[in-house]
Amino acid sequence: MNASKRTWYVVGGIVLLAGLLVLPFLFKNFRVFQFNMVMIYAIAVLGLNILTGYNGQISLGHGAFYAIGAYVAAMLMAYGHWPFWLTLPVAAAVCFAFGYLMGFPALRLGGHYLALATFALALAVPQLLKYKAIEGWTGGVMGIVLNKPEPPFELTVLGQPLSQDRWLYFVILAVLLLMFLIAWRLLRGRVGRALIAIRDHPIAAAAMGINLPVFKSITFGVSAAYTGVAGALGAVAVAFVSPDSFTVFLSITFLVGVVVGGLATIHGAIFGAIFIQFVPHWAEDISKSAPWAIYGVFLIVLMYVMPTGVAGLLDRVFGALRRPAAPVNTPAARPAPAVAPPSTHPAGGPS
Amino acid sequence: MEAFLHQVFAGIASGGIYASVALALVMIYQSTHHINFAQGEMAMFSTFIAWWLMNSGMPYWAAFFLTIAVSFAGGLLIQRLILKPVEKAPVLTNVIVFIGLLVIFNSVAGWVFDHTIKPFPTPFPKGSFIETKWFSAHEIGTIVVMLCVLAALFGFLRYTPVGLAMRAAAQNPESARLVGIRVSWMLGIGWGLAAAIGAVAGMMVAPIVFLEPNMMSGILLYGFAAALLGGIDNPWGAVVGGFIVGVLENILGAYVIGTELKLTVALVLIVVTLTLRPNGLFGKAVVTRV
Repeated sequence: MNASKRTWYVVGGIVLLAGLLVLPFLFKNFRVFQFNMVMIYAIAVLGLNILTGYNGQISLGHGAFYAIGAYVAAMLMAYGHWPFWLTLPVAAAVCFAFGYLMGFPALRLGGHYLALATFALALAVPQLLKYKAIEGWTGGVMGIVLNKPEPPFELTVLGQPLSQDRWLYFVILAVLLLMFLIAWRLLRGRVGRALIAIRDHPIAAAAMGINLPVFKSITFGVSAAYTGVAGALGAVAVAFVSPDSFTVFLSITFLVGVVVGGLATIHGAIFGAIFIQFVPHWAEDISKSAPWAIYGVFLIVLMYVMPTGVAGLLDRVFGALRRPAAPVNTPAARPAPAVAPPSTHPAGGPS
Repeated sequence: MEAFLHQVFAGIASGGIYASVALALVMIYQSTHHINFAQGEMAMFSTFIAWWLMNSGMPYWAAFFLTIAVSFAGGLLIQRLILKPVEKAPVLTNVIVFIGLLVIFNSVAGWVFDHTIKPFPTPFPKGSFIETKWFSAHEIGTIVVMLCVLAALFGFLRYTPVGLAMRAAAQNPESARLVGIRVSWMLGIGWGLAAAIGAVAGMMVAPIVFLEPNMMSGILLYGFAAALLGGIDNPWGAVVGGFIVGVLENILGAYVIGTELKLTVALVLIVVTLTLRPNGLFGKAVVTRV
């Protein structure tokens, strides 16, 4: 990277950060809440993308980990009176443990079977949360009502006070940046290459000396931890958890986010999250069922025409802009699994 | 003892429904090696079609058979239009397309027929002559209908040229193509049959669970469990698996864990089967060349 390019990146980064810092003071509280949800979804979508996009393990049940994270945070705050930021690492640790455990059967279940098992998990979670024996902890059908954390100091910017939602915005933004930085460091290096190798050809990856069971189960754990942190943040942002917010459709929402943003991309998670936060709001004006019909159509159509999602599209556009004279031979992000030629090894079935 | 037997027989009746859902899944798995996550929603949509036909004045059995025909055509069309382009794509692409179909059917059903819970008629009303001490009329009717479906399917696959071609296409697509079988169309017919079987299952279960867009989610899960338990590549295994799962569910629900954790039973069953015996009770072990 030459010096002038680096300057541009730094300037761009500073402008972007400044914009993000001012943003919540330009909008009403409800919009700020929506931005919070976008960032929370982005963390969850990134978590799912690490597992499904990079490592090729299909999970249709990440809503379950989101639910676990949310309930861990809610229970610690409601019964233990913990400060909410302290619940995040706990939620991450608990979800890592659950994900790691789920990763063990996942080792034997390729492709479809893993999708099936996680789908079953997603279907079973609301019922489990309502279960009578643990009602004292989970609040049963009624769920748990929380208080949004109060901002620790008073501040007025552009005539707007630092409200609860705006304070949360900055906290979530910090967590988001940290999570993305970690993902960036993980996926752009040796570990990321190993994950992609496992996805594209497990046998060759094993022959190259990658320890498949260790990598796959830890990936599952990390992915679950990401989604769990998102769940904990979500519980605080909404100030309420109940079993019926974590149905199988939440898991499908995350999948939609991954597909729209772009499989096996990091920044795609942001676009996916914006999509799953705002499109349903607009579509609900048409009909209560419209958001899901739109999700479904997007899932199928994107698989045909744009398997690398928004991130892939942007990479291609910028690649073309950067080199107008040269023929467009941009390596569109990484070859996403969705467009890879049919592999010779059976992706399904236990291997 | 009497109560216990009653649970067993009720389990056999719901097992018949799980068996047919499992059978529909196996029909698609055998020919395409994909698990159709949209199977339950397709069945639900077919049931809504039947409900609409009956509401516009059609007698039960006419609506029943017309729905089956429409479902067959619908399944065939879905395979031709939506799944054929991704026939050779990786698993992830297919799973995403299936999930897309699932949410489309679910939301369109809610959109067109709205989300209120509707009663669905049974052709075997209480007190009809087939009622016995152990089975209600609808239970025994369900079992009989399911056995008829099985017999028809067996006859079709075993004694007709198309059935033979389908089995050939499933077993060895390359060789089948060489002898002039249009393999891709056979997959389409497989989809049509699966949709038709699903429609029967939906119409049989709707009087019990009532008709609404999410009515099949639990049943689909049990169908998955049944198909996996019996071996996902074996139709007879799927049927036996369906009955086992049905009885197991009812007995566990009545005596061990209560009705609140029924879906968890299916989850545990699926995970345990896949971990301990991934090929199911009657499935073939899959050996692949590297």
